[in-house]
Amino acid sequence: MAALGLYNYWIVIFLMMAGFYVVIAQGNLVKKIVGINVLQTSVFLLYISMGKVQGGTAPIVVAGATSYSNPLPHVLILTAIVVGIATTALGLALAIRIKEAYGTVEEDEIHAQDESL
Amino acid sequence: MLLTLLAIAAVAVVRLRDLFAVVMLAGIYSLITAAIFVVLDAADVAFTEAAVGAGIATVLMLATLALTGRWEAKPRHRPLLPLIVVTITGAALIWGTTDMPHFADPAAPIHQHVAPRYIEEGPKEVGVPNMVTAILASYRGYDTLGEVIVIFTAGVGVLSLLGLRRRRSSAADASPSTPPTTSEEPPR
Amino acid sequence: MSARPVLEAIAKLLVPYILLFGLYVQFHGDYGPGGGFQAGVIFAAGLILYALAFGLDKAMVVAPPALLRPLSALGVLLYGGVGLVAMLNGGSFLGYDHLAADPIAGQHLGVLLVEFGVGITVAAVMILIFFAFVGRSE
Repeated sequence: MAALGLYNYWIVIFLMMAGFYVVIAQGNLVKKIVGINVLQTSVFLLYISMGKVQGGTAPIVVAGATSYSNPLPHVLILTAIVVGIATTALGLALAIRIKEAYGTVEEDEIHAQDESL
Repeated sequence: MLLTLLAIAAVAVVRLRDLFAVVMLAGIYSLITAAIFVVLDAADVAFTEAAVGAGIATVLMLATLALTGRWEAKPRHRPLLPLIVVTITGAALIWGTTDMPHFADPAAPIHQHVAPRYIEEGPKEVGVPNMVTAILASYRGYDTLGEVIVIFTAGVGVLSLLGLRRRRSSAADASPSTPPTTSEEPPR
Repeated sequence: MSARPVLEAIAKLLVPYILLFGLYVQFHGDYGPGGGFQAGVIFAAGLILYALAFGLDKAMVVAPPALLRPLSALGVLLYGGVGLVAMLNGGSFLGYDHLAADPIAGQHLGVLLVEFGVGITVAAVMILIFFAFVGRSE
């Protein structure tokens, strides 16, 4: 039973690492932003799985319900999602400006043009 | 199980070099996440994730792809070093989960401290049946105010980076005074 | 005249209901699942669908950026303003108990107004961001 009890967290870690890999290993800026999104969603999933209570219902008061899932992670993630899309949009806007300035969004080519690295 | 589906989508996102497919998969990934949130009793969060992740984020990324190009360049260096880093980090994190409380365990530390008070006193003190709303707007009002300011700032940032295109029609000056009749049909 | 009759017909059918649902989620958020953040993004998604179907120019007539920009700031101001009013009434910043004679009524009013502020800002910022991106790529 121990393995099943932690299955959620392992999937979360796998997703986290997939996103992390995209961010550090791949050169395309737009793909990096998708990677950050995957990473971010895995953290949302981590919080929400922590908030679940066995036998609980959604945290809205109804007659007859005895136990509710923990509403606090829901609140934190709710705001985080919307802030996440706002910051993603900012990142994409930067990518567009970089494309206009350098003509590319590949990291290697930008470094080559700047003669950095 | 939905979680496995999620893992498959993530692998596909990593492997594919066609960014159009990557963006579409990211949308599917968000939608699956929203479904999982419903299963985990987080109806409010599922709403938001579905509208944001599958709707707005996908549209914004497609608009970006239209400007930056659809294909990713072939990788130049071997992905060996990042793979090692990722594997070690992942292994460390998995080792860290071994003493975590099991999924949906009512005795987990997270359910012992602040949350019971919110659940028991919240409906009495705030008088709002939806606890998520009560905590969001009342108990954690400062927090939410900060988040709203972050969103506003990000909006200002995007506008200053990209700017808004002027409308081509000649009625540009007259339109701000007309009230937005969103639910009605547009004038033909 | 339209090149995509199916898309436009479906969008025309769906958009009003999406916007209506957004408003429902906004104002029913106290009782059912919902609230400012959810309503804001649903409302924005509805207008984005409209813009995708009918083009950016028509969407900018429906939701003029000159109106959206002040609205996005107005939401934040409404939120902060509610906090200040609570303070002037003798409570602490964002302490809704003092907004009305009865603490519960005050909390209700405070939550409703604050969520409305959140909804306005989120919807306006999302639509503005969408306009900025699509305006660039056209």
